[in-house]
Amino acid sequence: MKLRNYILRRLSLLIPVILGVLVLVFVISYVIPADPARAWAGPRARTEQIEALRERYHLNDPIYMQIYHYLKNLILHFDLGVSATSGRPVLTDLKAFFPATFELAFFAFVLAIVIGIPLGVISALRRNRPTDHFSRVVALAGVSTPLFWSALIMQYFFYYKLGWVPAFGRLSVEINRYTGFVLLDSILNGNLSALGDAAIRLILPAFTLAFYTMGYLVRITRGSMLEVLESEYVMTAKAKGLPRRIVIYRHALKNAIIPPITVLGINFGWLLSGTVLLETIFSWPGMGRYAAGSIVQVDLPAMVGFTLVAATVMILSNLVVDIFYSIIDPRVRVGGKAQ
Amino acid sequence: MTRFSEGFPFRSRYRILKRRLHPITKEFGLTLYVLRKSTLAVVGALLVGLFLFLAAFGPKIAPYDPYEVKLPDRFISPSKGHWFGTDKMGRDVLSRMLHGAGYSIRAGLIVLVIAVPVGIILGGIAGLFGGWRDETIMRITDVFLAFPSLILAMSFSAALGPSLFNAMIALSIVWWPMYTRLVRGQALSVREMSYVEAARSRGAGNWYLVRRHVLPNCLSPILVTFTLDMGWIITATAALSFLGFGAQPPTPEWGRMVSDGRIYLMQAWWVSVFPGLAIALTVLGFNLLRLTEVKWKKKSVSSPSTG
Repeated sequence: MKLRNYILRRLSLLIPVILGVLVLVFVISYVIPADPARAWAGPRARTEQIEALRERYHLNDPIYMQIYHYLKNLILHFDLGVSATSGRPVLTDLKAFFPATFELAFFAFVLAIVIGIPLGVISALRRNRPTDHFSRVVALAGVSTPLFWSALIMQYFFYYKLGWVPAFGRLSVEINRYTGFVLLDSILNGNLSALGDAAIRLILPAFTLAFYTMGYLVRITRGSMLEVLESEYVMTAKAKGLPRRIVIYRHALKNAIIPPITVLGINFGWLLSGTVLLETIFSWPGMGRYAAGSIVQVDLPAMVGFTLVAATVMILSNLVVDIFYSIIDPRVRVGGKAQ
Repeated sequence: MTRFSEGFPFRSRYRILKRRLHPITKEFGLTLYVLRKSTLAVVGALLVGLFLFLAAFGPKIAPYDPYEVKLPDRFISPSKGHWFGTDKMGRDVLSRMLHGAGYSIRAGLIVLVIAVPVGIILGGIAGLFGGWRDETIMRITDVFLAFPSLILAMSFSAALGPSLFNAMIALSIVWWPMYTRLVRGQALSVREMSYVEAARSRGAGNWYLVRRHVLPNCLSPILVTFTLDMGWIITATAALSFLGFGAQPPTPEWGRMVSDGRIYLMQAWWVSVFPGLAIALTVLGFNLLRLTEVKWKKKSVSSPSTG
């Protein structure tokens, strides 16, 4: 009951932020020196055509009227407008591109958790031993390497040199698309070779992205685990003669996991930034590439649509983290402070 | 000088200055002390030192002209004459990298000059005045922080017209909310201090409090955070340039160089690999310093990352 109120309260805070995001994007588009209508119509367009485009996208109106028109369409029809360059509705474009990005970000996220958290825990348990040094070096390398560069290095070794995995694209065969998520779709198609193809193409970009996120995760997990291991209740548990496994998993890890979860929540938003770089390098047909393209071409409706989705994902991921907190630590819900 | 120091005619300006700067000097003194204790931090300091040295003197020690096109010398692999090889126009990669170091430093400084004062002013107002001013400013930072930072920087850079300078401006626009939050937090905690209450009871105004109490208490955490954020600013600048929203050819900015060499990766790996390695090592240096700071403070201020 209380949890539901908490979630509702947090969701209501989302509205002003989304409004602000809208205003900001419109302001950005307003100060762009290029004339959007001219850019969309192409170099050989007649004046009347450009004028018609301006009229259609309300470009002659003052900025607050543009925002009003946009909001009206969004709320009444759930319509994000028509992309000025592709000619398709923005919602259709986003529906086509979002699954690709989500698939990439999600698998990178899972990989980072599966590798990062155990590495951090092991690192803390074997403090200052070779295993610890190794995982700290891995973490530091992950955090320090620029994503676009590590992606190139990965391509160079695993594609050019070793030829283990393909480096570009998402799927090489045609299958029926039901959900847009290729892994899921190939299972639904019953097409095992497509599944294999999709999986092997996902490995390289997902791992590159995971490597970067993992660095933070290892560091934070190690730090918080070390702190918890020194606390008194862990000592008590040890003194009671509980098996080491139970002390670590039931007592220490449960409390040490909160800071890594925070980092993960913040990172999921960052992953969206990372996908822009990765999708460009790996020719991944996702939202990041779509966004970069729309920014270059001053495709205002596409820009607004994309930023709205990105901001919503970012805010929701923070919300999920907070909900997770309140499940782990009920004090958060009643307004107290977590450890 | 100020209203409250008039009662102490014998205190020299130097001593006042020294006392005011004390929080900063103390913090840096502590940092230096911790630095000496850790090998990793020494390595980090060396890397950062090397980077600063190259930024200052790189162009002077570069063996070749970074812009001179010599088509017969295209794609020479790393050798005695060209340590890091040559690129598609026959330009020496090492010389270009040496010229490029300065761009990253400039990016950091521009962010410092723009984002930090904005952060201090807005954060100070939000923290001290409270009420609707606090709400407004904090909701605006929420909006900025709701964007994936790289996308926001890309949009601003596109709006201003893609160039290295505009990319730096765009990064400052993305970065100021961090400092605003930091200063607000400090201002909130300073506000509760008894010496601030004492000053208030003697009729000190809000601006006096900002200048005299909030600012000295914020400067050191901001400077420390900033030095350590440098790594991220460098990666972000390079990432923007890589995507084409920053430095334009033939500027030898590191991110741009990685991007220029990308299509020739199979043929001439050195064109992309060495500039990227330089970015990685610089960022590693700043990260090693950061680790030390975290160890000492037991907390870190979260910042955006775009690498």
